[in-house]
Amino acid sequence: MQKDNLIIDKKKFKSRLIVGTGKYKSFKETALAVKASGAEIVTVAVRRVNILDKKKPLLMDYLNPKKIVYLPNTAGCYNSIDALRTLRLAREMGGWKLVKLEVLGDKKTLYPNMIETIKSTKILVKEGFKVMVYCSDDPILAKQLEDAGAAAIMPLASPIGSGLGIQNKVNISLIIKQSKVPVLIDAGIGTASDATIAMEMGCDGVLINSAIAKAKDPILMAKSFKDAVIAGRNSYQAGRMKKNFFAEASSPLKGLI
Amino acid sequence: MAKIQINGRKINIKQKINLSDLLKKYKLDTKKIALELNGEIIPKQMYKKRILKNKDNIEIVHFIGGG
Repeated sequence: MQKDNLIIDKKKFKSRLIVGTGKYKSFKETALAVKASGAEIVTVAVRRVNILDKKKPLLMDYLNPKKIVYLPNTAGCYNSIDALRTLRLAREMGGWKLVKLEVLGDKKTLYPNMIETIKSTKILVKEGFKVMVYCSDDPILAKQLEDAGAAAIMPLASPIGSGLGIQNKVNISLIIKQSKVPVLIDAGIGTASDATIAMEMGCDGVLINSAIAKAKDPILMAKSFKDAVIAGRNSYQAGRMKKNFFAEASSPLKGLI
Repeated sequence: MAKIQINGRKINIKQKINLSDLLKKYKLDTKKIALELNGEIIPKQMYKKRILKNKDNIEIVHFIGGG
């Protein structure tokens, strides 16, 4: 059997689960959850160094960027200029070319500003970045992103951090069917079964942060997501049975006494 | 003395220190940060060559947890 890898920009990943590193109680908890999730890619944010606190622990001391792929994001950016600046700095930090672009449009919903997102994607692709893009679930805009050179399309299932699960399955399915680059659900997944549903629909992967970090036991939830993504992927590949309106007995009637 | 700004904080420095000296002063590992000087990203190999002058504005960033 051929190995079932997630391929992003020609790079192979065994795990189809990408995890965020925000909202944890400590870096130690972050590291344990990442390990339990089996993820090979983690998203990270770019922020100012606290120059007054020289002893403050760093994320890099807990998650070795040589062992796990850092995916720098542009969280908190509301326009193309800020997003580009953030990712150029991330690249300078250590040569990161694989990045997650998110250009937000509204503080309450954290819904993406797709006009700025598409504009930024075009510029980043020109500069040699491999861009995984957080986007709305509009198939037309997703297609425009793909045409702009996005390395992966990452529609939201529901608002970031909401845990509301997949709200528009039809749109997500349309995006999966039309896309030639990987489609990953980014944002809105609330619990492990949501991830299984996404994978059963044919998503190439899922990106989870809050659902793990905000669980009562984040480390156990990370493992649960690992299993859920594998189960959903296997189920998708196995091909589900047809739905029937009426019952169909599982035991044969022949030989009935 | 020169007055510079780092991550929004005004500080005084001795004359003729370069970016590399500045990072050492704050115990920052060059491998773990990126730096902008007056809005321009400075490649790491240039840190020793860039001498700080009055009114320079520096932004130093690193990776933190995020989704």
